[in-house]
Amino acid sequence: MNQIATALQAPTDWRDFYALTKPKVMSLVVFTALCGLIAAPDRIHPVLAFTAILCIAVGAGGAAALNQWWEADIDAVMRRTAGRPLPAGRMNPVDARDFGIVLSAGSVLLMGVAIGWLAAAILAVSIFYYAVVYTVWLKPRTPQNIVIGGGAGAFPPLIGWVAATGEITAMPIVLFAIIFFWTPPHFWALALFVKSDYAKAGIPMMPVVAGEQATRRQILLYAVLLLPLSVVPWWIGGTGAVYGVSAIVLSLVFLALSVRVGVRRPLSEDDAMKPEKQLFAWSIIYLFALFAALVADRLVLS
Amino acid sequence: MAQDPNPDHDRIKRSRNMVMALALGGFVILVYFISIAKMG
Repeated sequence: MNQIATALQAPTDWRDFYALTKPKVMSLVVFTALCGLIAAPDRIHPVLAFTAILCIAVGAGGAAALNQWWEADIDAVMRRTAGRPLPAGRMNPVDARDFGIVLSAGSVLLMGVAIGWLAAAILAVSIFYYAVVYTVWLKPRTPQNIVIGGGAGAFPPLIGWVAATGEITAMPIVLFAIIFFWTPPHFWALALFVKSDYAKAGIPMMPVVAGEQATRRQILLYAVLLLPLSVVPWWIGGTGAVYGVSAIVLSLVFLALSVRVGVRRPLSEDDAMKPEKQLFAWSIIYLFALFAALVADRLVLS
Repeated sequence: MAQDPNPDHDRIKRSRNMVMALALGGFVILVYFISIAKMG
């Protein structure tokens, strides 16, 4: 747990509570959850659909708050995260923890009452997975933290789908798997160009522990696996050609950028890491575009 | 009640209370519409 000394005089601004929920990450969570919900074959009342997405967003925000509460010490030594409310001393850690618990518990309860307890149970598992399994257990212990922890980010489309249909079928599991296999190359591309930050914080990220070359090979491996996996929804008849062709094109670009990163040799300290930054940027566009194609395909089919 | 001598603190508290009121109000409205949707 963090030991940040906070001689707080000023009350905490609401914007700092908002920042605690990691709004940028939440936007991807909301988007993929919404896509899962829209792509599902069943329709639910728009108010309930809105409630389901709200619960997923609030749950993700709660998990993010708990993550930042636990990692405040680590965040303080990393340039990328040092300005967050807790390491910057703008917030009392207990307030952050309680905020995270209230958001997490509230989102699960509302999901259960308004939508259904299967969706609520998966939401609860996803929060626990991110806040405890990933943050507390995996991240500080193993360089495979991102691989297993990637499951946390893979839950939103599954929850969105289950909220709409009330059951778990092959399609939402495939969507889960796509995000699961997308996460390692996405984060390792980032880890390659902020390696020194992770090393300083003592986080055993792949480039710090196994070295750059091993990380590059693993990025390439996951990108190769992602190509056929992204097309599975089309193969199993869950989507039409709009999604299928989009998935092939998007994944081929992802693979091409990963090859550039994968075949690079050890670089000088002042290398700009341009291919790695391009892969990281494309990985975000990739996921947005892939799920947008899923929705577009559903709208075309219907 | 004791007044906070720092006007900036008062401003932060006011804006936080406003956001809290909006969130609670929004929640009440949401529960109302959820009830209507579940009954329909």
